[in-house]
Amino acid sequence: MGNILRSKRFWLVAPAVVYIGFFMAVPLFQMAYVSILERGDYGGVNWGAFSMDAYISFIFERDLMDNLVVNTDYLQIFARSFGLSAMTTVFALLLGFPTAFYISTQPQSRRNFLIFLVTIPFWTNILVRNYAWMLLLRNGGLIDGVLNWMGLETGGLDILYTPYAVSIGLTYTYLPFMVLPIYASLEKLDHRLVEAAFDLGADKRRAMSRVILPLAAPGIAAGSILVFIPCLGAYVTPELLGGGKFMMIANLIGSQFGAARNWPLGAGLGFVLLALVLISMMIYSFKFKSLPEESR
Amino acid sequence: MSEVVISARSVSKIFGSGGDKVTALDSVSVDIFQNEFFTMLGPSGCGKTTLLRLIGGFEQASSGQILLEGKELNDLPPFKRPINTVFQSYALFPHLTVKQNITFGLEMQGTSRKQADGRAEEMLELVRLAEYGDRLPSQLSGGQQQRIALARALAPAPKVLLLDEPLSALDLKLRKEMQVELKRLQTETGITFVFVTHDQEEALAMSDRIAVMKSGEILQIGAPREIYEAPTHRFVADFIGDSNFLVGDLVDAGAGKRAVKLAGGQVIALTQDVSDQRSGEVTVSVRPERLGLIADSEAGADQLAGTVSTVIYFGTDTTYQIDLGNDARLTVRMQNGVGANADFAEGDRVAITMSPDAIRVLAD
Repeated sequence: MGNILRSKRFWLVAPAVVYIGFFMAVPLFQMAYVSILERGDYGGVNWGAFSMDAYISFIFERDLMDNLVVNTDYLQIFARSFGLSAMTTVFALLLGFPTAFYISTQPQSRRNFLIFLVTIPFWTNILVRNYAWMLLLRNGGLIDGVLNWMGLETGGLDILYTPYAVSIGLTYTYLPFMVLPIYASLEKLDHRLVEAAFDLGADKRRAMSRVILPLAAPGIAAGSILVFIPCLGAYVTPELLGGGKFMMIANLIGSQFGAARNWPLGAGLGFVLLALVLISMMIYSFKFKSLPEESR
Repeated sequence: MSEVVISARSVSKIFGSGGDKVTALDSVSVDIFQNEFFTMLGPSGCGKTTLLRLIGGFEQASSGQILLEGKELNDLPPFKRPINTVFQSYALFPHLTVKQNITFGLEMQGTSRKQADGRAEEMLELVRLAEYGDRLPSQLSGGQQQRIALARALAPAPKVLLLDEPLSALDLKLRKEMQVELKRLQTETGITFVFVTHDQEEALAMSDRIAVMKSGEILQIGAPREIYEAPTHRFVADFIGDSNFLVGDLVDAGAGKRAVKLAGGQVIALTQDVSDQRSGEVTVSVRPERLGLIADSEAGADQLAGTVSTVIYFGTDTTYQIDLGNDARLTVRMQNGVGANADFAEGDRVAITMSPDAIRVLAD
């Protein structure tokens, strides 16, 4: 009886499974296949000619004598991407946690309004928003202008086309993904636990560090993942605010499929990124599996 | 009695502002003594929890003072008061083990880890859950969580322990057990317990003194026996146990004594000192078990008499509804197997026996 119901219910998810299965798995395997082929001379690949060149050239390059020597260019781009993503995640956390905490302490009707405000940036196209940031950050732009008007002689802010500009833009883009999960975990937090902490002699700071933060940890972790991983794959923001000078992984991959005409390398880089993300997710899930579930 | 620990002086608490004002406490004054099991009893919305939260520091009084051993507490935040609370929902920290929950307060006081651990063992022993130190609260039953909440609140050795309806979430059997347990803990630790409940049985069973509250005011404070046997207000008599109410006129019965004359002409003699009461209409209360029934033929001249309208058999006792005429009714509860003549049927004419000290004239 129960089994019949359960097997019938499978058909509810079947369309989604077929859709995802086809449009995710097939291209994924296609790219995996491309990554182990020889590159074509004018882009594309030589179908049927296998080569591990893409993975080898992630770390090595061939010198004039055809010897493999270590080339850290791509590694540097990966490291920069992870660094920038980590910095962005930290910025987003520093801005997002107080925001989420503030919202969670407001009366219910106001909370819904504030959450609505948090989602407003999604209404505008990401490209448009990044162009807006260019206008804000450039020398003689709005921020520079205001600072000069206030009497701070900046002599040009010189922040656009730096990693900081990229991080500022990414933080802006992904901040809602930090705020929302943290808010969700803080909203569930039983206020009486905070009262209990006060009651037992914890001042505000210690109630925060000993009770609120640990209980919001699942939200903080979820928010950090939701910011960190899309940041790793960010394309538009580093392109515009980094001015192409500070390539991130996605830009590198994009250029392999475009100007560099090295499809196998582009696909291979994509799989290296995927592997790194999966490994960090596994580490994360091991670390947070030990967290107790929320009370009741 | 011993020293006053907590003292509330004309404490009022008004929630909201403008047209939405709600007076939760209306100029309440009370002294709570050292080593006392003090209960605030009343229906929901009577202000008992508000008073508790004011003592705990979770709310600020709108006016009046709360004193701890003579020192004003009003501006002290909860974490600076040597007062701990057992919350209705227990509010155990779900991310900490039982032991870490118990040592939380001690750590906040700056007690060394070793001492705190020792104290936690002691507390777990006290609430008889010595084996459970390493579990998480979610792995405990409701009754066990309750005990841990007690252990956690008692661990820092507070001067006063506040208990906000801590037993209301437990089933009846467990609640009875915990009543005994709480009383034992209070006696063993010697800490003043301030207990809030809407359950009159709970209040009677555990308390040294009870404050009966209604609409933000304390109506009567006294020992359980006093509250039960000599209620001062109709609300108190009604809220705690079962009561009969009769309305009559306060009259002089000669020799400095007074009596209550009912509408039907029957007169009930009083032993209570009601010299401060003016003559006129009063309400009296009498407990059903303080009344007895005899056959009408054996009745004296001025005894209350009526007709049995309902008989309900409860096993240990039987309840009779007696119609006195003129819309006056009495419920009489008689223990079975005590008097052989306590066997009346519906429609029987009966007379009612009562000891005069069972009759209480009420304030309103």
